[in-house]
Amino acid sequence: MTELVSTTPGLYPLPDWAKRDLEELKGHQKHDLIDGTEGAEITGVYEEAREEVVTQQLDAGLDLVVEGQLRWDDMLAHPLAVADAVDTRGIVRYYNNNNFYREPVVTDDLEASGDVAAELEAAAEITAEHESDADLAAVLPGPYTLADLATDEHYGDEAEFVDAVAAFLADEAEQFPDVAHLTLLEPSLVEAAPGEGLDERASQAIDTVATAIDAEVAVQPVYGALDERVYAHLLDADIDAVGFDLVSDHDANVYNAQEYGATDDVLLGLVDGRNTLVESADTIRERVEWFQEQTPAADYGRIYATANTDLFFLPTNRFGEKLEALGAAAATTEVEA
Amino acid sequence: MTKEQFRPEDHPNDHFLMTTVVGSYPKPKWLNRVRERCHHQEDVDQVELEPVDEETLAEAEDDAARLITKEHERAGLDVVVDGEMRRTEMVEYFAERIEGYEFNGPVKVWGHNYFDKPSVVSEVEYGEQWLVDEYEFTSEVADRPVKVPITGPYTLARWVFNEHYETTADLANDLAELVNEEVEKLVDAGARYIQIDEPALAQHEDDHAIVGEALERVVEDLPEDVRIGLHVCYGDYSRIYPEILEFPVDEFDLELANGDFEQVDVFKEPEFTADLAMGVLDAHVAEVESVEEIKENIKKGLEIVPPEQLVVSPDCGVKLLPRNAAYQKLENMVQAAREVEAELDAGEIDVLQAPASADD
Repeated sequence: MTELVSTTPGLYPLPDWAKRDLEELKGHQKHDLIDGTEGAEITGVYEEAREEVVTQQLDAGLDLVVEGQLRWDDMLAHPLAVADAVDTRGIVRYYNNNNFYREPVVTDDLEASGDVAAELEAAAEITAEHESDADLAAVLPGPYTLADLATDEHYGDEAEFVDAVAAFLADEAEQFPDVAHLTLLEPSLVEAAPGEGLDERASQAIDTVATAIDAEVAVQPVYGALDERVYAHLLDADIDAVGFDLVSDHDANVYNAQEYGATDDVLLGLVDGRNTLVESADTIRERVEWFQEQTPAADYGRIYATANTDLFFLPTNRFGEKLEALGAAAATTEVEA
Repeated sequence: MTKEQFRPEDHPNDHFLMTTVVGSYPKPKWLNRVRERCHHQEDVDQVELEPVDEETLAEAEDDAARLITKEHERAGLDVVVDGEMRRTEMVEYFAERIEGYEFNGPVKVWGHNYFDKPSVVSEVEYGEQWLVDEYEFTSEVADRPVKVPITGPYTLARWVFNEHYETTADLANDLAELVNEEVEKLVDAGARYIQIDEPALAQHEDDHAIVGEALERVVEDLPEDVRIGLHVCYGDYSRIYPEILEFPVDEFDLELANGDFEQVDVFKEPEFTADLAMGVLDAHVAEVESVEEIKENIKKGLEIVPPEQLVVSPDCGVKLLPRNAAYQKLENMVQAAREVEAELDAGEIDVLQAPASADD
């Protein structure tokens, strides 16, 4: 029997009241964005908003709860944007979306800031107060993605830079409180696929981060399917679950699973993070069953049912409805293999 | 159509680097307050402020449009707009007037900048008029030529949640019909300078054919004396150049200052055959660029095109800047353009040769 576990990638939309409050408190320009030194008033808004989205997930019945990364003004580039040895410069487009982030430029040796760990500590306090059965999951950018989103003016070599970013993320992860799960989001493995040699290095970099933490680790590619070569290398990393975006490109994703196999656990992007059409719980379960039917040779221990992308793209009403659909889909925790 | 038709009669220099803006400008705080009191009456009740009706809001928008048009003229711009005082955001404003869209709430663009991203839930149809009243009001109060920025069909199709159409191309094609209808109305009302805003193009470079087809429909049957610009921003231009030169437009308005002009070289080969409206001000930095700095930025445009093809503009709409910074930036930009013109007249700047006319 396969366990169905509902969760989401991080990076939630801010509650609408917090959007308004923070617009007033922080302003609209590049230099107004989070740099890790925000004062008590701004911190207070984020604390209240974090409480709201964690509670929202618990109410929706999600099995793995995330912190929501509401402070991540620069989306996945955030861990670098608040790190020393990094300058934030012009705004650049965030993949093929109508979203932008400050370009992080690495100018010296990277050192972990503990910023993400502090967010997780705060989320852990909230889940503890609720005495919920749900576990806490951490979310980080994968090392290849974070290196791809940044500009290197210090390490000088692309492979060396990916290694340095991996070591940086591993140091961040080592500071985390107890979490049951870590999802590494790797959109760049799809959008800017590593070439020959770097593909293997990207996989090793993931290994570096995954082995730094005592938790289940999943790697979730985003915005499509991995190139076959990249996928094959990714399976060599010491991870518990590999992800498939069944919304953007279900055929290419299932092809990879059929041709190369998969990890014992898999993570399925079943809910569209970039569209306001809300999937029903039945639709989500049908998609899980479809994937299992397409890969009959596999006997998955656990299937993570999640969204195919970050959810900050959505308005808050649809975001909430999608959380509830995921929670309801996994309410019966076992599905037939 | 050439920019010469917009040269002021008393222009001080032989060379003419037309100065303009992309479109949006910071709204006066009092306008935002009136808008809040009109659109969020439940919030207004909580703080015991008098709600206002649509008529009062319209009057406030007229006042703001007049004020900002004059502010643009005071900054010395050759071609002005009203700063888009009546518009909320470049997709939202139009989607509110097109049947087939619905709204679910604000979504993030960057930092703390959001827009009410609509969903397309049925076939799009022309609803209430979009911009003719805005144009007629602005041209009535302006002493300078007026440009009309209008969001293009591709961006109106891309920056939404599509819940109805099979493909983005299908939606963009239908929207192109509507944009064409509005452009024809604007031209009938006297508009001679229309800028199609297509920032979504820079994020989906593989779709340039869809954009090209939509633009062909947008400009179909327009008179020869109408100048059409295309604004594209924040992307890797090497992925859309030189293909964009095939588009049926007179001018490309491009963001270059934000990236420290690193993309200038993209446009040097093959030859840039249209007019270039060069982004010489960073729209996302409140620090005001000096006249000297802007002059150097303008000269980078002369590495791409000769003065006859150069227009000077900020990177993008400046609505997120503090208003005094926006004004000072524009004033410095105009002064920088005039000084570069004078230096061109004096032969102090080396320039590219104008491309030979096909008639020679």
